[in-house]
Amino acid sequence: MSTPYLNGISFGLGMDGLSAVMVVTVAIVTLAVLVFAAGEFRSVRFFGLVLLFAAAMLVTVTATTLLTLLMAWEVMGATSYALIGFWWREPRRATSGLVAFLTTRAADLGLYLAAGAALAGGARGLDLDRLASLPDGWRDVVAAGLVVAALGKSAQLPFSFWLSRAMDGPSPVSALLHSATMVAAGAYLLLRMENLLDATSWAAVTVAWAGAATALLLGAVAVVQRDLKQLLAASTCAQVGLMVLAAGTAGVAAGTWQLVAHAFTKSLLFLCAGAWLTALGTKDLTELRGAARRHRFVGVMFTVGAASLAGLPPLSLWAAKDQVLATAARESVPLYVVGLAAAVLSAAYAGRALALVWANTDGTDSVDRAARALAVAPPGAGEQGESTVRYGRAGGEERPARPQLAALPVLAAGAAGLGLLALPGLWARAARVVPGGAGPAWWELVVSGVLALVVTGLTARAVSRRDLPAPAPLLGWLGLEGLTRTVVVRPTLVAADALARFDDRAVAGSVRATAAVGTAFARLVDRRVEWSVDGAVRLVARWFRALGRLARRPQTGQLHHYYAQAVVVLAALAVLLLLVR
Amino acid sequence: MLSTVVFLPVAVAVALLAVPRVSDAVVRWTWVAASAVELVAVVVLWLGYDGPGYGYEVNRRWIPSVSSGYHIGVDGLSLPLVAVTAVLFLACAVYALRRTAPGTGREAPSGARQTSTLRSFAALFLLLETVCMGVFVSLDLVLFFVFFDLSIVVMYFVIAGWGHRDAARAALQFFLYTFLGSLALLLGFIGLYLAATPHTFDIARLAAQNPLQGRGTAATLVLVAIVVGLAIKTPTVPFHTWLPPAHTEAPAEGSAILAGVLLKLGTYGFVRIAMPLLPGPWRDWGAAIVVVGVVSVLYGALVALAQRDFKRMIAYTSVNHMGYVILALGAAGLLSTSDSQAHDLAVTGAVTQMVSHGLITGALFLLAGVLYERGGTYDLDAYGGLAASAPRFAGLTALAAFASLGLPGFSGFIAEFQIFTGSLPGAPVATALAFLGILLTAALFLRAYQRLFLGPPASRVGDLTLAETLSIAPLMALAVVLGLFPRFLLDLVEPAARVLGTLVRR
Repeated sequence: MSTPYLNGISFGLGMDGLSAVMVVTVAIVTLAVLVFAAGEFRSVRFFGLVLLFAAAMLVTVTATTLLTLLMAWEVMGATSYALIGFWWREPRRATSGLVAFLTTRAADLGLYLAAGAALAGGARGLDLDRLASLPDGWRDVVAAGLVVAALGKSAQLPFSFWLSRAMDGPSPVSALLHSATMVAAGAYLLLRMENLLDATSWAAVTVAWAGAATALLLGAVAVVQRDLKQLLAASTCAQVGLMVLAAGTAGVAAGTWQLVAHAFTKSLLFLCAGAWLTALGTKDLTELRGAARRHRFVGVMFTVGAASLAGLPPLSLWAAKDQVLATAARESVPLYVVGLAAAVLSAAYAGRALALVWANTDGTDSVDRAARALAVAPPGAGEQGESTVRYGRAGGEERPARPQLAALPVLAAGAAGLGLLALPGLWARAARVVPGGAGPAWWELVVSGVLALVVTGLTARAVSRRDLPAPAPLLGWLGLEGLTRTVVVRPTLVAADALARFDDRAVAGSVRATAAVGTAFARLVDRRVEWSVDGAVRLVARWFRALGRLARRPQTGQLHHYYAQAVVVLAALAVLLLLVR
Repeated sequence: MLSTVVFLPVAVAVALLAVPRVSDAVVRWTWVAASAVELVAVVVLWLGYDGPGYGYEVNRRWIPSVSSGYHIGVDGLSLPLVAVTAVLFLACAVYALRRTAPGTGREAPSGARQTSTLRSFAALFLLLETVCMGVFVSLDLVLFFVFFDLSIVVMYFVIAGWGHRDAARAALQFFLYTFLGSLALLLGFIGLYLAATPHTFDIARLAAQNPLQGRGTAATLVLVAIVVGLAIKTPTVPFHTWLPPAHTEAPAEGSAILAGVLLKLGTYGFVRIAMPLLPGPWRDWGAAIVVVGVVSVLYGALVALAQRDFKRMIAYTSVNHMGYVILALGAAGLLSTSDSQAHDLAVTGAVTQMVSHGLITGALFLLAGVLYERGGTYDLDAYGGLAASAPRFAGLTALAAFASLGLPGFSGFIAEFQIFTGSLPGAPVATALAFLGILLTAALFLRAYQRLFLGPPASRVGDLTLAETLSIAPLMALAVVLGLFPRFLLDLVEPAARVLGTLVRR
């Protein structure tokens, strides 16, 4: 479907295997999230924004031209701003929305660059499938722009920090943002543009390593987080890193199924976290000790998700991640090793989260807190914010209500069921939807499965005795936000202030000075030139007055004087006559 | 037909002033009715226009001694701006329906004196509408100049008469500065006149003649005079310093018109006069124009980022937004001989930006007026959490802010995307630098928005009244319609951009 939009550039939507998979995933996850949120939120603003957000994602994954993609892409970013800052009364949350939007928009500039370069290179309609055949040079610019935009949207290094701030949004928003939309959009774009990346000499390798590095480093960040939502957020970066790695190693099918499996798994986990947050008023992992025991249903659902995240067989991420690793192994061994290390880390953080929520709480610490929260808090709706005190419900009734929890099993089924892709027959069919290479060998699946089991088990055992230490750089997401503030934001603000002063003093000042010089000159002219001209005129006037006085003197009124004068004048005339002749 | 549209407002103004005693209500509603009729007439013009080329052309003898005629007409470049003018003046008329005296932000005291104030305000605006329409439809340089200069005079009285505390000074600076600009413009016009054989001020004939072709220095000097004149009006860096004080001191309606329409007189001059009449020098100096554009984009955005005053901030974003137009037109000069699709995109983007900026900035300045009326200051730090007590106000401002920062779905994106995509093939580095402008505007608008509307409520203010909503919301609605379905505008502009391309290519 395509309609003329700008001069020679159309607004086009289209569907292929990759788009179809994405559309279905987005639709299912959005529905689940909306069902979950229906119990908490009443406002039109929330549902309107979520629907707009999901629509933007749907347009993004079906776009056939860069123009269409860019429009949906940016609308998605702006909507995420509004959703993250949904509780706008709290300055920190509003700022988080701002950080997320500005970071992703900074990366989005890459898309503008790509669009201009595509036109310059001769892709007149900005069609996505023509970009790979652009001439060298412009093709590299296009690829660079797309890669930056995708890494930004997917919260890959060095943009990862915005995802941490995005956790200030409501849990359903996080569930949506982190699974099938927003961060997935970047991975989707790279998968979609895999042939372009491949056509350049550098883009595919860069992308693969960016993904692998993110998977490893943010995996390490996730292991030590003290806040459940932060842990899940960092793990999102890491898991999306694997998709990006797949895109960089020509594993479109592997990356796509990793995306789908992760979408189900992560939305499930965030909704569970949200359910506990609503019920217990906390997302702090130490306070969530034993939460799964008190809320068995949510606990079981969480376990399914976390087990999938850990890569335990036979769940979905186990199968999908091994597809990714298999394609990476065919490209380069170092990438495979880094990817495997990232997989080990994912087993570690999932294992830690599981151990904590299932911990046997002999003390009543967390329960006490929860009870206190329930007793103190007014019956606020979700609109009021998920802070500890404000959020709990009075009357001891444990929320969330049953109907909205119906969303969880659906997602859990997806998170678990997609593990069937490990079966060669099914993988072959899946690869017909999204073309891709052969799956992993059976021994790869076994090795990674065993590895995941062992690491999960060991971490869980270790954590149930004593929680892992948390080095500050890892806990603080590698200090990326602070770094960005120091290196980019503050200098910009300082420059802006300096320029504003320059503008007031120098530019506007010089105009004022010109005006002042003008007036001063006028005054000078007034005092000097005007004075002397005036003086000269007065001098002439004085002369004439003197002449006048002189001329008055003969006018005596006495007849003999006049006669005398007449004689003199006649004599003079006579002389003149004689002289002339 | 076109003459009627141009002079209808001033006729109403004269009638308003001629009637001995009229009540405030009559003045307000007459003003609204006249502006509404004007808008309807412009819509009829739009629907009846079949381009490319001049429509509704009128060419009468006027000052035959210098072969200057009363020559007016519209085409794809001017018709959109005529339409925006009509829309904005109607919005201002509706905005003035509030029960407050214009400019003061206070409840209007009843009485004869107030009536006469409102009456002169309305009359001035109607006169200004005629003058602005006149600039856009003029096809004769002398006629253009007369309207161009009158716009300054009328705006001087609006600012000086109804502005805030320091208005007299700001108005004087505005007047002198822009008047200086129009003198430079006049110099350039005379240069064109003298170069043409036979001498003429007629824009169409001058465009056909291309009088300064191959006249190196003379052509450059004429271009410099015209560009400086238009750049002051636009304004571009470094000629922009009259803008912030004029905006800060002007009444809300005055700011809306000043930013929404009067700035376009400058940028319109580039596409109507500088480019088609001086194609050679325009191509040669395209790179310099591009630099001026990019500097305006970045400088305007950075200085706006540092502002603490909401209205001053919006004023500086105008410098930024007009910078995109200049960038596109400069790049179009560079591209005209090499890449006609990119050229047309850039020019179409520039015209779209003029339209879009008119709507969005007009809305922003009216919103700033509401803010001032509620709190008595434009200082960002004086407010906080306004969204709690004024949700409609917050919602409309959010829309306007996102529109202004170029979010897709609003007209600003259509404009800026075309400008960027079209200019990049011609001036890659400069355009890539200009991208930063949209990031900076995003930062500054959202920071300002957060300070004003988000956070814990600091003070209670009244939400938008009906008149305020009805004046601002349609502007945003139009921006959205243009942002989603731009074809109806682009179908008009693109042929004209192509024609301009053939003229610049010569």
